Amino acid sequence: MDHLDRLEAQSIFILREAYKKFGKLGMLWSIGKDSTVMMWLAKKAFFGHCPFQFIHVDTTYKIPEMIEYRDKIAKEYNIDLIVHKNEEALKEGMGPDHRRLVCCKALKTDGLQQVVTQYEFEGLILGIRRDEEGSRSKERVFSERNKDSEWDYTNQPPELWDQFKTDFPKGNHIRVHPILHWNEIDIWAYIGRENIPLVDLYFAKDGKRYRSLGCAPCTGMIDSNATTVAEIVEELKNTKVSERAGRAQDQEDAYAMQKLRKDGYM
Amino acid sequence: MENNREVLKIVVVGHVDHGKSTVIGRLLYDTKSVPEGKIERVKKTCKEKGKPFEYAYLLDAFEEEQKQGITIDTTQLQFFTEKREYVIIDAPGHKEFLKNMISGAANAEAALLIVDAKEGVQEQSKRHGYILSLLGIQKVYVLVNKMDLIDYSEEKFNAIKSEMNEFLNNLRVYPLKYIPISAFHGENMTEQSVMMPWYKGEPVLAAIDLIEKDKGVEDKPLRFPIQDVYKFDERRIIAGRIESGSLNVGDEILISPSNKVTKVKTIEYWQDRDKMEAVYAGMSVGITVEDEFFNKRGEFITHIEHAPYVSEVFRANLFWMGKNPLIKGKKYKLKLATQEVECEIITVNKVIDASTLETIENANQVKTNDVADVTIKTKEALCFDEFKNNQSTGRFVLVDGYDVSGGGIVSRMEKGIQTACTLVHKGLEMTVHCFDEYYFILSEGTVRKIPGKTGVFSVGDVLPVIGGTYSYSENLDIVNLESNRVAKIRKSVLQEIVSFNEYQYGSFDLIESKGSLIKVASEEDFKRFRSDFELWRERAGKTAEFANRWFDFMKNHEIKYREVANLYTLEFEI
Repeated sequence: MDHLDRLEAQSIFILREAYKKFGKLGMLWSIGKDSTVMMWLAKKAFFGHCPFQFIHVDTTYKIPEMIEYRDKIAKEYNIDLIVHKNEEALKEGMGPDHRRLVCCKALKTDGLQQVVTQYEFEGLILGIRRDEEGSRSKERVFSERNKDSEWDYTNQPPELWDQFKTDFPKGNHIRVHPILHWNEIDIWAYIGRENIPLVDLYFAKDGKRYRSLGCAPCTGMIDSNATTVAEIVEELKNTKVSERAGRAQDQEDAYAMQKLRKDGYM
Repeated sequence: MENNREVLKIVVVGHVDHGKSTVIGRLLYDTKSVPEGKIERVKKTCKEKGKPFEYAYLLDAFEEEQKQGITIDTTQLQFFTEKREYVIIDAPGHKEFLKNMISGAANAEAALLIVDAKEGVQEQSKRHGYILSLLGIQKVYVLVNKMDLIDYSEEKFNAIKSEMNEFLNNLRVYPLKYIPISAFHGENMTEQSVMMPWYKGEPVLAAIDLIEKDKGVEDKPLRFPIQDVYKFDERRIIAGRIESGSLNVGDEILISPSNKVTKVKTIEYWQDRDKMEAVYAGMSVGITVEDEFFNKRGEFITHIEHAPYVSEVFRANLFWMGKNPLIKGKKYKLKLATQEVECEIITVNKVIDASTLETIENANQVKTNDVADVTIKTKEALCFDEFKNNQSTGRFVLVDGYDVSGGGIVSRMEKGIQTACTLVHKGLEMTVHCFDEYYFILSEGTVRKIPGKTGVFSVGDVLPVIGGTYSYSENLDIVNLESNRVAKIRKSVLQEIVSFNEYQYGSFDLIESKGSLIKVASEEDFKRFRSDFELWRERAGKTAEFANRWFDFMKNHEIKYREVANLYTLEFEI
């Protein structure tokens, strides 16, 4: 087994635990590279099937190519997809001209919370990684949220020997993180090896590409000439800039992510 | 970085404030493993809060951690040297956060134990040392940090070294190296320190490259705990992770504890590139088997000649990190590999204070952060190994209410209190309960099953065909319909074990393995019984209906009265 095989095997183990343990399970699909790798891992874990629903929390501010790609892939891979918008907040005019953290909370965190309540999810699979940012580096693979989706990060359960937290009061849910142990280069190396379909936005055009995808108004491009997966891997090996540097919400406050995530952000 | 690169996971442990996060922060900084944005951001935060820059802030991401200057929760970070990649796990040193320390350490293959040169060996230095020994982490370096505070004195370093070594050796932890460092000043971190020319060994970075990874888990006996069984399409796939050993298409396999034997038909895959004829330790796989028995999560697939222990009682060392103490006799959920079963602590053999090594014999409870040697009894038979033989199937956690509250390793199976007889012939095993005794317990007003003679019987051994509450004839055939096997007993002696499919009726009494006489008196009867059984198994029909038609329990049994049950050997109510 090589390095990617080991990462893959661990992720598959986690996905199968989640499927076995939770009655109502959903996978959050942001259309980005990480959650698309997760979709691929689910196909492998369940031998070509995806035995749970996928969820896209649509802020309506996403880059248009993302939505186009989303619908194409969902059809091609036979994915049962819930697309949810926080209609109430949108009607009241919520958008990026409000403070960024307020907008993120309303359209993403609250939107997600509405899905959890409406569909009564017990388990939500998310494609976050430890190397992305500080509060994520402290996460558990199975991480409990209360009925308001809040994260009690100061009192996380012990997690040893792949015996995950599977006992919790009704109304709470578990965030499952199957690729927590991967890093950005692993993701790209795996995409290359498995030939996983990806939205074009990640590949350079006219000297620029997206390294991390989000809402159009709050996501910046980086200077790059990487037009293939191999070139992206090479570029990442030599960069000193962090992956989420182009994501405006992270820069709002020193503990922006911790604050957002405490309230239930991805 | 190639895909075949090696990754080593190292946990950094030690007493609070001895500099664990600083050691890691410094390593990351010196190996240029921190993204530019992060250092800038941490520097900016420090400036805003009016604090000097600390390497530890690179890890202690939570606001509370930075404000209080302590690590609350474990963090995992990656960096690489020319040799390989590392996952460094930072563990909190504060006693209050011991469960977070254990979460971090449980995932590690090697450890750096940090000791403050000025403060010396402290309570958590010892407790963490103990936890490392319990977790089976043998590759340990002790880093004596803050050498600048003792003027880089070799003498003081040696004193700490011998104190720590004495304690750790008692726990059978033998540190591979002691390295004097000053993480804050970068002494002996990535380069040889000029301040400590007396130290002739490697600096930390070069030293960790010398740690060898454990090998050989693929060469151990096969352990494949069933995680789930899928029927998404025409395939009935048994899914799980191979914990040790390897498995090939065509291998004959034993499924425990139900004790069934079959063969591997296929190894399943989604993409053609994943097609394989053999699978190895570490892989998450799916197989189909020749005989479609009812399989369930928790069962172990192994090779026949290397069966796991199957027992309800075992001895273990455990650490307790629950909110409430661990109480003898209380019911807990035990999780071992993919098994989940109710259990209780029947004996607390001794409780150990992990920092002083003081022991208390015969306690009734284990307090938070204590370590204990206990005897555990599970409600149903459990498959396991001793930890020293197989780590992943020799360790377990205990769940109290909603919370994982304890972790333990199996030190040995308790042989004296087996609750069944096992018959063995040519590698085939068959568990039978037909030699158990049934008593009406007057003090309780219920009938209970109490294991009679137990043990392992091979061909040629005399079996207890006449007991206190049962009596079989000296020639009989015992059928285990679940494992598809028949044991032939002639003149009370075990003659052979054959598969049910090959078995020919021989006009002897036919006993079902739990003790009921099967109502078969002729070859004709037997044919009807066999076809009815096949039909019942195919349709997974109602067991009771089938049993009422064919079984007669009272034919060879009588139920005698008893004042009380002997609690220790008590099995369950019927």
